[in-house]
Amino acid sequence: MARIELRNLAHSYGRNGTYALKPLDLTWEDGGAYALLGPSGCGKTTMLNVISGLLRPSQGQVVIDGRDATGLEPRARNIAQVFQFPVIYDTMTVFDNLAFPLRNRGVAESEVGTRVNEIADMLDLGQDLRRRASGLTADAKQKISLGRGLVRTDVAAVLFDEPLTVINPHMKFLLRRKLKQVHERLGITFIYVTHDQNEALTFADQVVVMHDGSVVQQGSPRDLFERPAHTFVGYFIGSPGMNLLPCRLDGDTALVEGSRIQLAPGVGARAAQRSGPVRLGVRPEFLRLARNGEPSIGAEIAAVEDLGNYSVVTVKLDGHVLRIKVPEGETVEGTTCQVVFPPEHTKIYVDERLVE
Amino acid sequence: MDKTHDNKAWFLVIPVFVIVAFSAIIPLMTVVNYSLQDIFGPNERYFVGTEWFREVLNDSRLHGALYRQLLFSGLVLLIEVPLGVAIALAMPPRGWTASLCLVLLAIPLLIPWNVIGTIWIIFTRPDIGLLGRTINGLGIPFDHTAAPLDAWVTVMLMEVWHWTPLVALLAYAGLRAIPEAYYQAARIDGASAWAVFKYIQLPKMRGVLTIAILLRFMDSFLIYAEPFVLTGGGPGNSTTFLSIYLVKQAVGQFDLGPAAAFSIIYFLIVLLFSWVFYQVLQRVGTGDK
Repeated sequence: MARIELRNLAHSYGRNGTYALKPLDLTWEDGGAYALLGPSGCGKTTMLNVISGLLRPSQGQVVIDGRDATGLEPRARNIAQVFQFPVIYDTMTVFDNLAFPLRNRGVAESEVGTRVNEIADMLDLGQDLRRRASGLTADAKQKISLGRGLVRTDVAAVLFDEPLTVINPHMKFLLRRKLKQVHERLGITFIYVTHDQNEALTFADQVVVMHDGSVVQQGSPRDLFERPAHTFVGYFIGSPGMNLLPCRLDGDTALVEGSRIQLAPGVGARAAQRSGPVRLGVRPEFLRLARNGEPSIGAEIAAVEDLGNYSVVTVKLDGHVLRIKVPEGETVEGTTCQVVFPPEHTKIYVDERLVE
Repeated sequence: MDKTHDNKAWFLVIPVFVIVAFSAIIPLMTVVNYSLQDIFGPNERYFVGTEWFREVLNDSRLHGALYRQLLFSGLVLLIEVPLGVAIALAMPPRGWTASLCLVLLAIPLLIPWNVIGTIWIIFTRPDIGLLGRTINGLGIPFDHTAAPLDAWVTVMLMEVWHWTPLVALLAYAGLRAIPEAYYQAARIDGASAWAVFKYIQLPKMRGVLTIAILLRFMDSFLIYAEPFVLTGGGPGNSTTFLSIYLVKQAVGQFDLGPAAAFSIIYFLIVLLFSWVFYQVLQRVGTGDK
């Protein structure tokens, strides 16, 4: 069991004082399936290495189950890690690979056998146990890497650092499902680093989004979709991402150039308490083309892309580009249209952060 | 679809055949030619069949040189390979210190071979050499021109000094090619430094070590210039290796027939050992039998 808390944690690799990981507080609850999502270079791997102990943070604490583990070596923590490229010990058989962490810890050989067989069965490696690990496919090797983590009885969290990068698409799907099954069966904490939003959203119950060394939002996939806490979450998640338009506020109405857009009640007052550039954000999925005279805003149609089961309509609203997801079957014709902004899904961001 | 029969492409391969013929095949066939004849002058030659081969194979001085050569090459591999790997492991992984180490290691490799022999003559002289005088000063009599054992020690020291850097450089290149994730995984798996060496570093260095062992075997088996300059094969015959003996016979005594037969046997021995080493090293640790 492991509840991992990061307290006032930050890390700098010591070049010109820039932080790879800016000071943050974050808690990973025991047994959760987490995804750590963000673009390359945002600090995901740094955070993972700090949790597993490969990296000692420049400041702050890593607390595992209430115990300060900041200074502990990786082997002394009950945390396993699976890397981007499969790491296997080439000269050993699959069995010896899986037994390696146990033998290093001086576990009795009889128990090693039982544990290894149990884990090999769970990961469908049973028929390959006597084979040399070097001849196996990438996905089998990645399973061995995972197995080496799971084989330890004390292991309470497994960290995955983009583990499916080198796996071919079909096996990716199967392996991801396997991970999900293993998680459900063992109930240990999984933290899965990826820059692929689909991978993150299908795997995790909770997604932590990172941007430029900071955590910008932690929440369920639904939270990230419906209430992005930061403009980055808005445009990074979703395809296409959230529409963001610079605007001014007049009470609970947003002014985009000359157009007035109605917002949810009370937003204007809360936004007024903060300072910084104001932007309006709305997901393409929530925008609609107006039917029979609802309150709407006029726009020019610039392009229509038919993507099979839906179309993406690109329109221009007073010079700003806006994308709208239109369901299959709805026809889009002409050069102008009327766009509906549902107030409950039209968000206001002050200084890139959501006004709740 | 019918295959087009157009053999013009063969003309494009001709330059390669010509180069290989003149650089390898013709000189080798000349040696074969000499090994089968007794030659007194340009127009005075007799075919002798395998006589030179029989003579050479029964030559007890040649047997002595061969045993010395095997002992020498064996010691070279036993010392230089582990020592080179140890140096590579001890070197810093990056930064200016790594560059400095690489430059220092490369120095012995850049010195002409006969100069190396001269350096070691001076270095080990009992009267003026830094090493020779120091050892004698410690009360241990040391003179490579008089005592066979001292001559061997000097030749081995010189050889190790000269060529261990090559093994170290190759091993270092092999070590640097290991992805960081292997070391990280090993830390999480709780592997000891010895386990990291045995299960990660050594297997990953197999390719470069195969090259290192083959190069060191071939080079040490063919060694000539350095011991020739240092000891001239003496004292007695104690450091007369195959090449030195061959040159004594071919140039010193002008026995071209036996020398040619000897050359061919020498070549086949090197070829055979290299092949065996290669086959063994390709299989070791992979589980293939």
